[in-house]
Amino acid sequence: MSYTPEMRELIKKVEATRPARVERARRNEHYPALNLKEREEVLNAYHPDCQKDGTRAVKVGSNKGDIFQDQVADLLESKALLRPDAVDLSTVDYEADVLIIGGGGAGTSAALMASDAGKSVIISTKLRHGDSNTIMAEGGIQAATQECDSPFYHYIDTIGGGHFTNQPDLVEAIAHDAPLSISWLENLGMMFNKTPEGRMVVRHFGGSSRKRLHSAGDMTGAEIMRVIRDEARSRQDSITVLEFTPAVELILDEDGKCAGAILFNMETREFYIAKAKAVILASGGFGRLHIKGFATTNHYGATMDGVVMAYRVGVGNKYLFSTQYHPTGVVYPEQNVGLLITEKVRGLGAHVLNIDGEQFCFPLEPRDVESAELICEAMDKGKGILTPTGRVGLWLDSPMIDDLHGEGTVKKELPAKFIQFARHGIDISKDPMLVYPTLHYQNGGVNVSASTETDVPGLFAAGEVIGGVHGENRLMGNSLQDIITFGRRAGVNAAEYIDGGVEIKKLTIDHVARFEKEIDEAGITDPVTAPIILPDYSTDEVISRRWAEK
Amino acid sequence: MAEAENIQAKQAPKVATGDRAILPEGAKTIPVYVMGKRYEVPETLTIMKAMEFAGFKFIRGAGCRGGICGACPTVYRKAGDYKLFFGLACQTVVEPNMYLAQIPFYPANRATYKLEELSGDPEVIYALYPELFRCVACNLCTKACPMDVDVLGYISALKQGNIAKAAEISFDCIQCGLCASRCMGELPQYHIGQLARRIYAKYIQPKAEHLQKRVDDINAQKYDEVLKNLLAMDKENLEKIYINEREREPDLTPPGEWVPQDTQYL
Ligand SMILES: Cc1cc2nc3c(=O)[nH]c(=O)nc-3n(C[C@H](O)[C@H](O)[C@H](O)COP(=O)(O)OP(=O)(O)OC[C@H]3O[C@@H](n4cnc5c(N)ncnc54)[C@H](O)[C@@H]3O)c2cc1C
Ligand code: FES
Repeated sequence: MSYTPEMRELIKKVEATRPARVERARRNEHYPALNLKEREEVLNAYHPDCQKDGTRAVKVGSNKGDIFQDQVADLLESKALLRPDAVDLSTVDYEADVLIIGGGGAGTSAALMASDAGKSVIISTKLRHGDSNTIMAEGGIQAATQECDSPFYHYIDTIGGGHFTNQPDLVEAIAHDAPLSISWLENLGMMFNKTPEGRMVVRHFGGSSRKRLHSAGDMTGAEIMRVIRDEARSRQDSITVLEFTPAVELILDEDGKCAGAILFNMETREFYIAKAKAVILASGGFGRLHIKGFATTNHYGATMDGVVMAYRVGVGNKYLFSTQYHPTGVVYPEQNVGLLITEKVRGLGAHVLNIDGEQFCFPLEPRDVESAELICEAMDKGKGILTPTGRVGLWLDSPMIDDLHGEGTVKKELPAKFIQFARHGIDISKDPMLVYPTLHYQNGGVNVSASTETDVPGLFAAGEVIGGVHGENRLMGNSLQDIITFGRRAGVNAAEYIDGGVEIKKLTIDHVARFEKEIDEAGITDPVTAPIILPDYSTDEVISRRWAEK
Repeated sequence: MAEAENIQAKQAPKVATGDRAILPEGAKTIPVYVMGKRYEVPETLTIMKAMEFAGFKFIRGAGCRGGICGACPTVYRKAGDYKLFFGLACQTVVEPNMYLAQIPFYPANRATYKLEELSGDPEVIYALYPELFRCVACNLCTKACPMDVDVLGYISALKQGNIAKAAEISFDCIQCGLCASRCMGELPQYHIGQLARRIYAKYIQPKAEHLQKRVDDINAQKYDEVLKNLLAMDKENLEKIYINEREREPDLTPPGEWVPQDTQYL
């Protein structure tokens, strides 16, 4: 559905201010960025994470006493899907050196490295191989590969963007490994955007001092996923992928080492025992919890399963109270609601504007600051634009990209977005887009060291499921780098751990009963069951008619 | 998974939260036929959200929900029209009297290869996918593509030995498989396109020399000391560097040209 006549009237205001704004941009004059103190003020007042309602302290487990959003706390205090006495651990259905939970970017990178090291690998994944957040990433992947840049600046930008709350050894790992990851992908046959001479085309992003964002069209994550998945498919001798078969519980051995997982065939509803010498958790994030009702950019299976499973074996987490709201999710047309408009649009110079067509913020603040500024402008100052379905948004002035970089740039640099909007009758090289913050990224996650080890021997973790890399705020392009850096490290380290000599003793899931006892003793009377596996979007009307399920 | 519903039901206020659709008061519904069976759904929803509104829960046929993973290919007809239409359930809006079927999986042959043993010679592709020449140029593949990829265009480019062109044209492919489902010659177009792109990137596109140099430096431990110092630095000093010592590369200079004043950490 194209813009309504009322919205068209408002777009005129954007067009009226555009020539002067483009002129200023050409002179490299920007709307002033906030200083650290101003950032803090706007965050405290307007960022959903900083508001107290809808949060509580968890009563059990490694993070007992820490405050989380209600939806997250519910899952940390959840009971298991399976009654422990119904589980038969004596028959092993699948066995490999390494079991990887999650077939996204981190899991698949880990699989390739473990396979390189001569290990047999099973990937358990919830949907199809590659149906993940990775495939959705558009903007790009960070790495200091240019002469004016270095791991030093990558480190500084990352830790500053994370408000100095990042776990330093993890930041060091990604600053150090990033160029190696890019080179690895290049060698696997990934089509990066390059100049005719082969130089990587890089750009700025929110919070960058150097142009460090590498991309492949506006489908960077899709291209990464396609390439590494294709490589995994060529290695059927060492990598087995079990689709629609998520893990629902970790298995330990009697020494307390991680020794596999219980898998669930979603189609036949059977459970299986998968045994392994090492397990890598790579199950991604939690966008589908729809914290505080926000729309999300995440894929269908992003339900925090990995954090839940790890919590029950005693592996805690950090920064899980912190969720990243991407400042520019689609608000109109309705079919695209919640979808992401990559930061690249602002990187290419597009301004964010209010109902009067005026700028109110520097378009490339770190994301949490940018989000808070948008929420403030719309909710507090009342300068947002209302859609026919009652959603509120602000303008993202994409047409000025063509003015700045030449006719056709929007179409060339943002082909997928261009098609997505064209489908609904909106030409984003001529008309601005309507955007508002949307739930985008799980900043926190399970505790790991720079070698991806958790506190449980034999349990490794990588990707969005881990916490600390980004601190309380992630910069764009660092999570694609995070999944390759730590995915690769997890594969290598799991193989090394196995080479050190691992003997799996008798399998057990006693930790589940222990955890449930703790829940009981904490007086939690009506715990939810988790992992959730998939969200349910049935309407209340339909649910109320499912009489047999009450 | 009744509990999952409970979480959602308990916490979701009565507005359109997340992806759960609501029917605003007075809103119109339209009939659609899911595999031949009639359901009333609100207009303006995508096929995917409309089916969920009707009470379906997807296991197969839903992935990214954002038009990029290719999990949700859908074929439909409209009442009174002989034509077949193709689209992504997560990207196509319902229309009255649509007859819908999803094709979440379509079998297609995929060759196994070791990329490092191949080369930029098109013969490599012909050997792995001899069926390429069964293409009769009927163009049904292109008509079925929900991403508007010129499928026949890249298949033809490959037949002519132009891997670069095929890589370029096929770039937006999301591997949903609709092309293969329509192909008279039984080609697995999307797998062939994937191979072409990997060969192009590895053997034809020039390598990034600055990247190789950086990799060599890292492997020679050039930055280990610098990073170790950062690792040991307290917040105050990090903050100082973050605020005072980060020159910003100008927006409009092409990559590789700008040289900062401070080069000690490069
Ligand atoms: C729309 C969008 C745009 C983005 N853009 C960028 C960007 O431009 N740059 C950037 O750096 N980052 C970006 N990100 C973030 C980045 O893509 C993700 O953080 C990252 O890809 C996560 O990778 P992962 O492998 O950890 O998780 P995923 O890629 O999500 O993979 C996890 C996999 O595990 C599966 N799984 C879940 N639970 C289970 C279970 N119980 N058992 C088995 N399998 C399970 C999932 O289905 C999925 O396949 C974006 C994210 C989104 C959603
Ligand atoms: S669900 Fe991924 S393309 Fe539709």
